Amino acid sequence: MNCPNCAAPAPTGDRFCEECGADLDPPVIVIGGDQPAAGKACTKCGGADFSTDGYCEKCGHRRPDPREHVELIVGAGGGNEATVGISDRGLRHARNEDALALAATGPVRITVVCDGVSTTHGADDASLTGVRAASAVLARQIRTGAKPEAATRTAVAAAARAVAGLPRTGAEWPSCTFVSAVVDEESVTAGWLGDCRVYWLGAEPALLTTDDSWAARMVAAGEMDEAAAYADRRAHTIVRWLGRDAGDVEPNVTVIAPSGPGTVLVCSDGLWNYVPEPKDLARAVTGADPLDAARALVERALGDGGHDNITVVLIPFPPADLAATGTPDQPPTATDEKDSRT
Amino acid sequence: MSEFTVDVYQNEYLTDGAREVNAIATVVSTHGGAVPATARRAEVIVVDTSGSMGYPESKISAARKAVAAAIDSLYDGVEFAVVAGSHTAEMVYPPYSDLATASEHTRRAAKQAVKGLKPDGGTAIGSWLRKAKHLFAGRDDAIKHVILLTDGNNQHETEMQLDAALTACKGTFTCDCRGVGTDWKVAELRKVAAAMLGSVDIIPNPAQLEADFRAMAESSMGKSVGAVTLRLWTPQGAAVRFVKQVMPDVADLTGRRTDVGPQRGDYPLGAWGEESRDYHVCVDVQPGTVGDEMLAARVSLVAADQVLAQGLIRAVWTDDEALSTRINPQVAHYTGQAELAQAIQEGLEARRIGDEDTATARLGRAVQLAAQSGNTAVAELLGKVVDIDDPATGTVRLKSRVSDADEMALDTRSSKTVRVGKKG
Repeated sequence: MNCPNCAAPAPTGDRFCEECGADLDPPVIVIGGDQPAAGKACTKCGGADFSTDGYCEKCGHRRPDPREHVELIVGAGGGNEATVGISDRGLRHARNEDALALAATGPVRITVVCDGVSTTHGADDASLTGVRAASAVLARQIRTGAKPEAATRTAVAAAARAVAGLPRTGAEWPSCTFVSAVVDEESVTAGWLGDCRVYWLGAEPALLTTDDSWAARMVAAGEMDEAAAYADRRAHTIVRWLGRDAGDVEPNVTVIAPSGPGTVLVCSDGLWNYVPEPKDLARAVTGADPLDAARALVERALGDGGHDNITVVLIPFPPADLAATGTPDQPPTATDEKDSRT
Repeated sequence: MSEFTVDVYQNEYLTDGAREVNAIATVVSTHGGAVPATARRAEVIVVDTSGSMGYPESKISAARKAVAAAIDSLYDGVEFAVVAGSHTAEMVYPPYSDLATASEHTRRAAKQAVKGLKPDGGTAIGSWLRKAKHLFAGRDDAIKHVILLTDGNNQHETEMQLDAALTACKGTFTCDCRGVGTDWKVAELRKVAAAMLGSVDIIPNPAQLEADFRAMAESSMGKSVGAVTLRLWTPQGAAVRFVKQVMPDVADLTGRRTDVGPQRGDYPLGAWGEESRDYHVCVDVQPGTVGDEMLAARVSLVAADQVLAQGLIRAVWTDDEALSTRINPQVAHYTGQAELAQAIQEGLEARRIGDEDTATARLGRAVQLAAQSGNTAVAELLGKVVDIDDPATGTVRLKSRVSDADEMALDTRSSKTVRVGKKG
């Protein structure tokens, strides 16, 4: 093969180009909603003119958002070896303030999901900024041999800096929660701040994360039982986040070494509000095509009310080596926008 | 050129089917540390020289000193004139009907001419304004400002003549109005100031005139952008309920709108120096459904066809009551300040016509609003017109004896507002 950067010949097996030092097999990273929805007419009035700030010049409604509904696939050939991610606005929120990134390098699969804190202005920017920064750092760290746990901590620090650097446009600083999963041939590493979750769906399905939320704190402190805590209107108030006004941004990190095959599910609270039980989630993904399974889960959350933005990522364990499945010429993304719902 | 910023404060969340959108737009202009732009400026000082200015003699002598102080504040190169206003408008300086260019020489000559001002004749404010307009002719690109002083009613022309003069002069210059003594009509001078985008105030004691004139002239010299307009874009099917300036004082701009194309209207704001003003915009939009987000209005600051700054007023429909019932502190505060001004004016009017029950109720409400919002300046003025038993409930009794000066001060300053107090 030849170096993709300087075209010098590169022997198979080399990781970096002898001539220019470029990575001969850089990580694949795809970010949800990065591409603007160009040329789309206003879904309310059919108008075609939008102001630079993104509103219909006729009726004032917001331009269709590329983040309205996003589907990503990494791992050529698709099928049961693909990592899939779907993010959807849901039915009740004006914007999709969830953001997701998928990445792959060699046999390692990575995902980052951020959920914008919707009481803050620019929450959608915060989440996208967070996943961009974290996925780039995390993929590069893993690619250059860092351990998943250390790489996760470095990536969270990078995301924290990036989100804290966003300008304030409203009363509060833009902020978001964070979750990442690094899945290699031996282990699953989950890192988080906030209430996005990572589930292990294998022989013994389990929730790997503990929410940084009011309800989880109450339960952990023994102040309330789970039913009472989650019935409280403060249940979902998050107690940790990324943003200028965040306190401690050291992530929680958990590592497991599964003894058999399974699926890692990463999601925002828009899904687990409706389907919290690991067993129920396992039933939905076991034996199914990952994309079909992820779509079915999103549909279920929508059918149950779709009260929040919904993001689901499914990563098979153990992951297939990207080299074995071949690196595609095109970025392996499939973004499919549904018409806005009314 | 000055830098403008627009910040919007609102609760954008609306409940399903709701259509009324409220927002406060704070407009700030700064010179960015630089010297004010070298804009062309023209200043006309109109001083009332009607016969009553001689009773007492202290009025005309204070007016002479005040005009001299204003002349001293003019920057070199500013074009200016001093006009004596009576039942006609006569040139004081320069001696011919034109503007002079400020310099050490012309300032000295003008002050010399002002020493000769003699009280004689009547009052016809409309003719004074027309004279100023005539003097400003041909200075289209200049920032044009008038300082107007009167001590009496507009007796020597009809209300219709004054209105016609205001219509003719509107938009060509701004005019700050002052009433000295207590023989002038607040409503009349307020009408002139509002039409000419200027301020109005009472100078009960002639001795205070000099400092006030100097301040007005200095403020005028600080203006660096003339003819600023607030341009409002609204979506199809929307209706503008009102656009009000709410800081530093309340002024309803709704009726000043000029349409400038589909879905756009301009509201003139006059000249700007380094300052900050707040506007309350209220728009009815076509209601959306839960999950929709709409741009309910775009506020642009425009001068010389250039957009200087923009702010977005949004509407987001939600079924989350915690969001839709949230009260925006700025909107609530300025809604209260506008009600305060209205309560005072209605209360004083009721008092004038002898309707004591209405006067007590309205002024009581004003006391309550002034106390709640921390508007201590207006609260103090209210305290000279009513005896306050309990500001929290607005329990008051009308004072049996109130000086004209106190009543007029409350009336003229009723629309002065304060900013939202600090949180907690």
